[in-house]
Amino acid sequence: MELTRLSDLAIGQYGIIEEIEAEESFRWRLQALGFRIGREVRLIRQALFGGPLQVQVGSINVMLRRQDAASIQLRATG
Amino acid sequence: MRRIALLGMPNTGKSTFFNRLTGANARIGNWPGITVDLLSARILLGAEMVEIVDLPGLYDLHGFTEDEQVVRRFLLSNPVDLLCIILNATQIDQQLPLVLQLQRLGLKTLVVMNMADEAERLGIRFDTATLAAGLDCPVCLISAKYGRGFPEARKVLQQILSLNSPATTPAPRIDFAADEALVAAAEKLIARSVAIPRMLDFSLSERIDRFALHPVLGIPLFFFVLFLLFQGVYTLGGPLQDGVAWLLEQFRELILVHLHGVLPDWLYGLLVEGVYDGLGTVASFVPVIVLFFLGMALIEDSGYLPRIAFLMDALMARVGLDGRSFVMLLMGFGCNVPALMGTRVMRSRGLRLLSMLIIPFSLCSARLQVFVFLTTALFSPIQAPLVLFVLYTMSFLTALVTALLFKNRLSNSEPLLIELPPYRLPTFNQVLLRGWHEVHHFLSRATRFIVAGVVMIWLLTHLPTDVPAGSTETLAGMFGGWLEPVLRPIGIDQHMAVVLLFGFVAKEIVLGAMAVVYGLQGDALAQSMAQHMDWVQAFSFMLFTLVYTPCLSTVATLRSESKSTAFTGISIVWSLVLAWLLSFVFYQSARLLMG
Ligand SMILES: Nc1nc2c(ncn2[C@@H]2O[C@H](COP(=O)(O)OP(=O)(O)OP(=O)(O)O)[C@@H](O)[C@H]2O)c(=O)[nH]1
Ligand SMILES: [Mg+2]
Repeated sequence: MELTRLSDLAIGQYGIIEEIEAEESFRWRLQALGFRIGREVRLIRQALFGGPLQVQVGSINVMLRRQDAASIQLRATG
Repeated sequence: MRRIALLGMPNTGKSTFFNRLTGANARIGNWPGITVDLLSARILLGAEMVEIVDLPGLYDLHGFTEDEQVVRRFLLSNPVDLLCIILNATQIDQQLPLVLQLQRLGLKTLVVMNMADEAERLGIRFDTATLAAGLDCPVCLISAKYGRGFPEARKVLQQILSLNSPATTPAPRIDFAADEALVAAAEKLIARSVAIPRMLDFSLSERIDRFALHPVLGIPLFFFVLFLLFQGVYTLGGPLQDGVAWLLEQFRELILVHLHGVLPDWLYGLLVEGVYDGLGTVASFVPVIVLFFLGMALIEDSGYLPRIAFLMDALMARVGLDGRSFVMLLMGFGCNVPALMGTRVMRSRGLRLLSMLIIPFSLCSARLQVFVFLTTALFSPIQAPLVLFVLYTMSFLTALVTALLFKNRLSNSEPLLIELPPYRLPTFNQVLLRGWHEVHHFLSRATRFIVAGVVMIWLLTHLPTDVPAGSTETLAGMFGGWLEPVLRPIGIDQHMAVVLLFGFVAKEIVLGAMAVVYGLQGDALAQSMAQHMDWVQAFSFMLFTLVYTPCLSTVATLRSESKSTAFTGISIVWSLVLAWLLSFVFYQSARLLMG
């Protein structure tokens, strides 16, 4: 099955995290906020002018930048 | 003495719990990273004095930001009897691995699951007995904000301490390899003891976000909220301020004047025309400041700050910063010092320094007092709020331009990841406490700097004794004379030059100093100011006041946070140069245009 990046998800779309390729300290931070392999995430919205994304993971809403979101690989689930 | 440390992820309610437990007034806000330094208080728990320590939040034990270092250093150098781990019950699935990680430090622990009220609303249910058995430590479910479950938690704290066992300092080594195993263990435990509904209902926050984070309307809405805040402060604060000024005036007319003749002339001058008038002018602004902070507290606790970071991040990225830097600028509207300390959550030194370079341009409440006073004195009631708005805009612009100019020297590539917590309303008590906190802060500044400042100004304008007070032959006149070549091109006269000199120490002194220099107070002072300067001069003066060094506390904080004298020096020199240039351009072109 094809993998997509979190930054390529359409607004409102869900995906299951398959892989995280961030540098170490950012990976820890992602993990602490619930970005773990096998978890479901959803792209809620994106700010204007290439601004950050709002992503829901479990019961948490977070914002992260598009280029940082690109390090998270997902299996899109609709 | 026994010691309990409060630890947990950011924004879980550690400081709220701390306040409830100790009666202290630690700052609370719906923004991860409000507490960036440790704070301790002593209470009597049972028969023992116990020190409770509120710490910055931490996401895991891997982090090395300045605020996380505070926690690390504390844990490694202070024996702790009990680690009280606070977590947000609604996010227990995210936060339990941290609990397990912290337990491996080998300290005695108590787990406090906070925000029971929100968990209940979301329909999350806990089997605390199973959790406690799985974690091998007591577990309490409480709401620190509303007090539910708090008495029980307090009792448990007391019980644990009464089982005598010596305090320990954790071993400095932490085993990172075991992390994956911890996550798995946490998931297993949660499956057994927590029932989380498949769909969580955050519909209220989502609905608000549809407006607050609207792609087009979001930013205008933010400016509208700011505008409402300032309009509110103006309309409600104005009459209150007049009231206080009137009271102080009455006290002077009815009581203090009778000291004239009783006290030696010089002492009367120093105490009444110096200290009383100076301090009184500043004190009349207390209601405005308190109102302003009540508004800020409302914004800070609502959860709007992380949304503002979201809205502004794209713009801030262009000038080498991120959304958090903008939020710190906003926090600087209250006071620059906590805003500077708030940058501790940033990992990259470049990003931190660049943020610290722009925060002093944030129009703090002390400068607000000066501007409210001058705009009311020199502009019509309709113009005054507009002028204030222009000054706030200038505050943002100078910050952005500074960042743009320095961004290549202080560059960074720090990833940004911030939680957007649900919207919350502060309780009435929380808001009141915050207002009181600011009055207290003001009073302590007043006694430290402002009295000393106005006494100094009074002496400078009255010494030597054989020349007319306030004349060019006094010490103040001489200083003013030296500064004149620099300040004349920007329309600032000798009197105001001395005032600016003291403004270095604190901007509250500027107001007090004007009262002393002109020997007047309240309305009379305002009228006299209007005679001494026209609006162009006043605006030039305000621009300069806005941009140059905010106060000595800010300078000291810049130095201690950056640990670099060179950086502090650059910050001071740059703000002076920029202040002068802006005032010069404004003053000269206004004069040219108006002939
Ligand atoms: N609903 C609810 N909100 C709470 C509760 N306890 C704290 N809060 C809110 O949660 C937010 C964070 O509270 P703080 O006490 O500042 O959290 P903290 O853990 O000290 O945060 P940092 O200092 O940033 O690490 C504030 O908006 C509080 O009003 C609670 O029991 N219920
Ligand atoms: Mg705190």
